[in-house]
Amino acid sequence: MRTYAGHSNARESNALYRKNLEKGQTGLSIAFDLPTQTGYDPDHELARGEVGKVGVSIAHKGDMHTLLDGIPLGEMNTSMTINATAAWLLALYMTVAEENGVDRKLLQGTTQNDIIKEFLSRGTYAFPPGPSMRLIADMIAFTVDEVPKWNPINICSYHLQEAGATPVQEIAYSLSTAQAVLDAARERVDEATFPRVFGRISFFVNAGIRFIEEHAKLRAMSALWREIGRERYGVTDERHLRFRYGVQVNSLGLTESQPENNVIRIVLEALAVTLGRDARARAIQLPAWNEALGLPRPWDQQWSLRIQQILAYETDLLEYPDIFEGSKVVEALVEELIEGARREMAVVEEHGGAVEAVGYMKTQLVESHRARVQRIERGELKVVGQNVFTSTEPSPLQQGDDGGILTVDPEVEREQVEAVRRWRSERDQAAVDAALARLAEAARDESRNIMGPTLEAARAGATTGEWAAVLREVFGEYRAPTGVADAAASPDDDSLEQLRERVDRVSEALGRRIKILVGKPGLDGHSNGAEQIAVRARDAGMDVVYEGIRLTPARIATTAVQEGVHVVGLSILSGSHRELIPAVLEALRGAGADVPVVVGGIIPAADAEQLREQGVARVYTPKDFEITRIMGDIVDLVAERHGVAAGAA
Amino acid sequence: MPPEGAATLGRRLRERDRSAAPQALNLIEDRTPAGRERTRELLAEVSPAALGGEAPGHLVGLTGPPGAGKSTLLSALVAEWRSRGRTVAVLAVDPSSKRSGGSLLGDRARIAHDPADDGVLIRSTAAGTRLGGLAAPTREAAAALAAAFDMVVVETVGVGQSETDVEELCDTVAVVVQPGSGDTLQFLKAGIMEVPDVLVVTKADLGEVALRARRDLASALRSLGRRDTPVVAVSSLPPTSGIDALADAIDAHRERIDLPARRLRSRRLSALADFTVEHGESALRALGGRRAAERLLAEQDPALGVPELTALLAARAGLR
Repeated sequence: MRTYAGHSNARESNALYRKNLEKGQTGLSIAFDLPTQTGYDPDHELARGEVGKVGVSIAHKGDMHTLLDGIPLGEMNTSMTINATAAWLLALYMTVAEENGVDRKLLQGTTQNDIIKEFLSRGTYAFPPGPSMRLIADMIAFTVDEVPKWNPINICSYHLQEAGATPVQEIAYSLSTAQAVLDAARERVDEATFPRVFGRISFFVNAGIRFIEEHAKLRAMSALWREIGRERYGVTDERHLRFRYGVQVNSLGLTESQPENNVIRIVLEALAVTLGRDARARAIQLPAWNEALGLPRPWDQQWSLRIQQILAYETDLLEYPDIFEGSKVVEALVEELIEGARREMAVVEEHGGAVEAVGYMKTQLVESHRARVQRIERGELKVVGQNVFTSTEPSPLQQGDDGGILTVDPEVEREQVEAVRRWRSERDQAAVDAALARLAEAARDESRNIMGPTLEAARAGATTGEWAAVLREVFGEYRAPTGVADAAASPDDDSLEQLRERVDRVSEALGRRIKILVGKPGLDGHSNGAEQIAVRARDAGMDVVYEGIRLTPARIATTAVQEGVHVVGLSILSGSHRELIPAVLEALRGAGADVPVVVGGIIPAADAEQLREQGVARVYTPKDFEITRIMGDIVDLVAERHGVAAGAA
Repeated sequence: MPPEGAATLGRRLRERDRSAAPQALNLIEDRTPAGRERTRELLAEVSPAALGGEAPGHLVGLTGPPGAGKSTLLSALVAEWRSRGRTVAVLAVDPSSKRSGGSLLGDRARIAHDPADDGVLIRSTAAGTRLGGLAAPTREAAAALAAAFDMVVVETVGVGQSETDVEELCDTVAVVVQPGSGDTLQFLKAGIMEVPDVLVVTKADLGEVALRARRDLASALRSLGRRDTPVVAVSSLPPTSGIDALADAIDAHRERIDLPARRLRSRRLSALADFTVEHGESALRALGGRRAAERLLAEQDPALGVPELTALLAARAGLR
């Protein structure tokens, strides 16, 4: 039992961990901020507004020492949500253990390390697919003997569901990813070790509100995993064939409207992964009720921990053997999912495996998510408090001075920037330079394992940004496919047809087609929202410029000017809107772009008001789920700015 | 900020003020009658007559089938040209969605560039209704940008109509071929495709496959009697290779051709295309057919710009 936690600096997070351990939490789940996850130091241009936001900032071994101060590493099970920079953060963790006299053989925990789902959904990748897979294979080959209790990779189907995956897609794409990882690892370990490597692969799964189907999904994954182990890899040992997984229940379905209802959703979703013993999760972490509003506070996290404790200690859930054994309904459902997943996995295989099929899978996810969003818009998929039963009493939970969410002190970023500069000036620079040079050599030589020189660099005091910069230099930068260009057109309906007519009329009056720039400033890689807006804008007949994630304000401004867009739409979910949106507005003004800006994301009401005062034309939050209506709004806005009739007809 | 006068924008481009380019492009894309009129004013300022010769920029067409690696290649080429101190404008033409009229313009994302560098301009445009071909604004934009930028690249997808259009518009056409896909080779042999000025084989890091593709293309060119057409193998991903050789081959082609003659032909063909789009095939028949129209154009002053030539055809057809 644990909650995903970490924020601001290492000191604050350390205090939080100690408190959570006192409350009965049995492990650590470290959330890192986006600069740490994507390999930038706090003083890098792209880190602006993101330092300490969605997790803790760890720039070097000194930060890691502070983070883990007083926590018994030999006894702790530590889960780290880290992917592109996983090798580095594991090296920092190992270095701290080493310098505290803890044997690395005792270290237990997990690095997430599933890069494919970063390309598909979460966006915190740093290097191109090929070198990224090599880093993963290196870590697997290294840990299997050196840190034998460590799970070097945790394949995530979780984020696929968040990006819109159906249960079949969630099963198929995550298992295909596992195969790609195993295929790469097989080349780096000897045959006798391989079954143990297979046995160390674990999964991080999602559980949505359709909890019976979700339970069946887990049974299906378990069965398919066993089959893959036996047939594709010749693994025979039962211990290694077991499908090991942890769960974070669904965040996508959590609503901003009547957010208290989310607690009920979370309980039901937790049931999906605990009800039947044969497919029960080994570890569960639950989101907080107010995730769609902003960052959860300690009290919100405590509430989620209590849900698990009540399920475990008050109910009789854990007293019975598998309660679905022999159920015809569940068995049929499982069989159906297995069949569907096998078919979809075959398609991925035809593309040449998960690495080659990233573009294909991304497009499929964008389309599935589009279908889901449209069903909610049309009321076919009912979401209580959002598109049905929407009238509500004022919620006392949101009455506090903080509006019911956590705000991170902007001072944290300034302090971290100063701290990392101080760190750099006080260390033995020659030792760092030498270690980084050896790292570059190892990166260029595919036959070598990256972990050795990575550990050396960690010990020498190199920073997260320096480690990643060396690898970026060798491997090259990369931008993942956006999936939007190939996404099929939305099915026609009346409201879309009417919208197209309006777009055509305004475009004719303007002399050229309405052109919109959809941009994601900052390091936040959750691109669902931006992708849905981009695809719908195209389907409404606009020309859409979409450059993907991780854009600097300067780049957005340059693009807006060079492309001659009529309107700019920005999406931010990481909570960094207060710093980044004004920066974009300023950059646009500086570039001489007089275009209206609309913003969408997880934006608390008070912040929305402030953004409007600063010049943002419209602010949309998760409760604005009708995308076609948002599009209509944008057409009106463009028409108004250019003094042409929007002609609602 | 009120829109600047069209003539002023044209003049600024002529004086190589690149910051005028985005607004000039907004105007060129404007299809309203008032917009067309102002575009003609703008283009008059960058016509050969106004410039006292051909626009100095090198018009480069970059085309090839989807997935051949055009954008990645362009990314590396832009960096190469910048390192040679050249300014670069890219017109990336994307196919539009037919049903909605809208489009997703994503190429820009794949062309790495420093937003603070004002020596690079990237403009995405939808192909519009002329499927696969170049819309009139793209041709006008390329002509205008050639006054202010050293390199003007028109990037289009596919083989077929777009290629013919690119060939008519540009000084140098480079066709990008992915090793292992035999289409281009077949098209060349069958005469479906015009022989480009430069052939580029991407993904040279594939080794033997890329080498074979290069050999096959070279032998096809020999059998077509075009042995002097360069075939360059490049790898656009780090570590890049062959990019400097490609830039050299593109330069060498421009040295070889009679630039004024090619530009003149381009203007006359553009005028004919614009005239036909605007007034229809029946108006073309009023001029005595396509060949007669071409003869008529050939008799005109070489310094005339496309708008003047188009207007002249309309007058002869009795339309104005």
